[in-house]
Amino acid sequence: MTAYLLKRLLAMIPLMLGITLITFVVIRLAPGEPVEAMTALSPKITAETRQRLREFYGLDKPLHVQYVTWLKKVATFDFGRSFAPDHRPVTDKIRERIPVTLSLNIIALILEFGLAIPIGVFAATHRDTLYDKGITVFVFLGFAVPTFWLALLLMYFFGVKLGWLPISGLHSLGSEGLSPLSWFGDLLKHLILPVSVATFGSLAGLSRYMRSTMLEVIRQDYITNARAKGLAERTVIYRHALRNALLPVITLLGFSLPGLIGGSVIFETIFAIPGMGQLFYQGVMARDYPLVMGILVIGAFLTLVGNLLADICYAVADPRIRQGRG
Amino acid sequence: MALCESWLYTVFWRRFRHNRLAIAGGGVVLLLFLLSVLAPYITPWEPGAIDAYHVLLPPSPDHWFGTDELGRDVFTRVVYGARISLKVGFVSVGIAVAIGTVLGLVSGFYGGVVDTVIMRFVDIMLCFPTFFLILAVIAFLEPDIWYIMAIIGLTGWMGVARLVRAEVLSLRERDFVLAARALGASDLRIIFRHILPNAASPVLVSATLGVAGAILTESALSFLGIGVQPPTPSWGNILTAGKDYVEFAWWLSLFPGLAILVTVLAYNLLGEGIRDALDPRLNR
Repeated sequence: MTAYLLKRLLAMIPLMLGITLITFVVIRLAPGEPVEAMTALSPKITAETRQRLREFYGLDKPLHVQYVTWLKKVATFDFGRSFAPDHRPVTDKIRERIPVTLSLNIIALILEFGLAIPIGVFAATHRDTLYDKGITVFVFLGFAVPTFWLALLLMYFFGVKLGWLPISGLHSLGSEGLSPLSWFGDLLKHLILPVSVATFGSLAGLSRYMRSTMLEVIRQDYITNARAKGLAERTVIYRHALRNALLPVITLLGFSLPGLIGGSVIFETIFAIPGMGQLFYQGVMARDYPLVMGILVIGAFLTLVGNLLADICYAVADPRIRQGRG
Repeated sequence: MALCESWLYTVFWRRFRHNRLAIAGGGVVLLLFLLSVLAPYITPWEPGAIDAYHVLLPPSPDHWFGTDELGRDVFTRVVYGARISLKVGFVSVGIAVAIGTVLGLVSGFYGGVVDTVIMRFVDIMLCFPTFFLILAVIAFLEPDIWYIMAIIGLTGWMGVARLVRAEVLSLRERDFVLAARALGASDLRIIFRHILPNAASPVLVSATLGVAGAILTESALSFLGIGVQPPTPSWGNILTAGKDYVEFAWWLSLFPGLAILVTVLAYNLLGEGIRDALDPRLNR
């Protein structure tokens, strides 16, 4: 297991380098210069000041030197200072926002798996029944509904029409004065809509995947064997089939991370949630180069870590993998 | 080859024809083509005609989908929006398929270091939250539909590359490829004449599904204000207004969203239908 873990960790290093390289190239290849973007709004800045700023940020050096300098800083999680008026270190800005985005996504992920697994298993075990067909319809609709549109409809319906749920932010105005319990209740109320939207986004795909892996497993000989032994259908499905069908789903857990993090731009912007997605959107709109680069690297890094965790779970669940025979 | 084509035609069509959902999907796709070509003949209004006296009107016989905050006919704008989404869908998927196919072919055919480098590159690209990457690039460019299409394509080829590579890996050891090689065919001839045509069907399926994905991405970008810029109507940017007027004008939010939903659904059904018809074993 240790050897496997070490191998996986080492494999992350070139990926990490690649991530930083792509981030750097993408941002630098884009036309327009960071200093221009930074100073365009203040006409008082002279060409000389611009030049000095350029030197300060090392923008006058050749690209590969710039990359290495930037990389050295990135290695210590230093992404420089934001171009925004507050000029705060990018790392601090991101650190404040990560918990919000991460916890939202983790809640959504738990809900997704909690719903998709039973939906998929039931559809597989009741193949071609009305229920299964209903699930298929739901899955196709789920694939086709744009999340931001769903968010809009939910906002209109539950927020405006019925007035049941708040439609923006995480806290009501003046929630600081509430007792801890009602403060928490207030938070939960604010979370319902964004979490539903985030969950719905990948629920369809996951249910469908669960259904098809389950169908595949049910066809296997050992399931026939288990049935032939006279085991109860429940035991066959839940103890023999489900366990094996869950294996590929674990990998999907890692793959769904970039989608979730990327999707947070949309629902955080719509619901005005102060998370990483919103920060990224604001950074993008303000052409805040250090911030955008920082979030790109961190977002990809989180994905890598997510993949690693998924792989570890997989190795724990499947001895063939950790012994290198998979 | 002739035999192969007629087999494809008859067997494929025979299976496809019986899939009612796929036929419906294909029908909607055709309808969308017609709508975007015939847009000026379908509606009496101009997509950009501002009418200060008829602002935010609910749906009526005159304005089927109501009017927006500038008095423009929403039905007209939705119809013209179909043009944008079709263009985005096809161009960006074209780019993604071209890159993915070439890299997948090279990777699978040559193997070794080339394969390792390309596949690591795929892994790295898959680490980025795609939507972040797209936003980052677009923000630093002039908002222009061609850039958007290019970037959606440039960030969407990885799946195709993996798919093509897997196909090539299994095809290149087949007898007909070995035979071609024994006859002295060049690499290029083997790749384009013998391997590519046989790897085409999964690519076709993933391209059809890719169009749906590209349309969704474009609409999300336009919704966020960094995609297609007003006054050019796109389903996404009509919804931006929908968000601003969500309290007074539900029709601004409902219809463009339905248009996206129906279109994406149609492409997905069509893609799934093609897949099932090409390979019934995958039917699950």
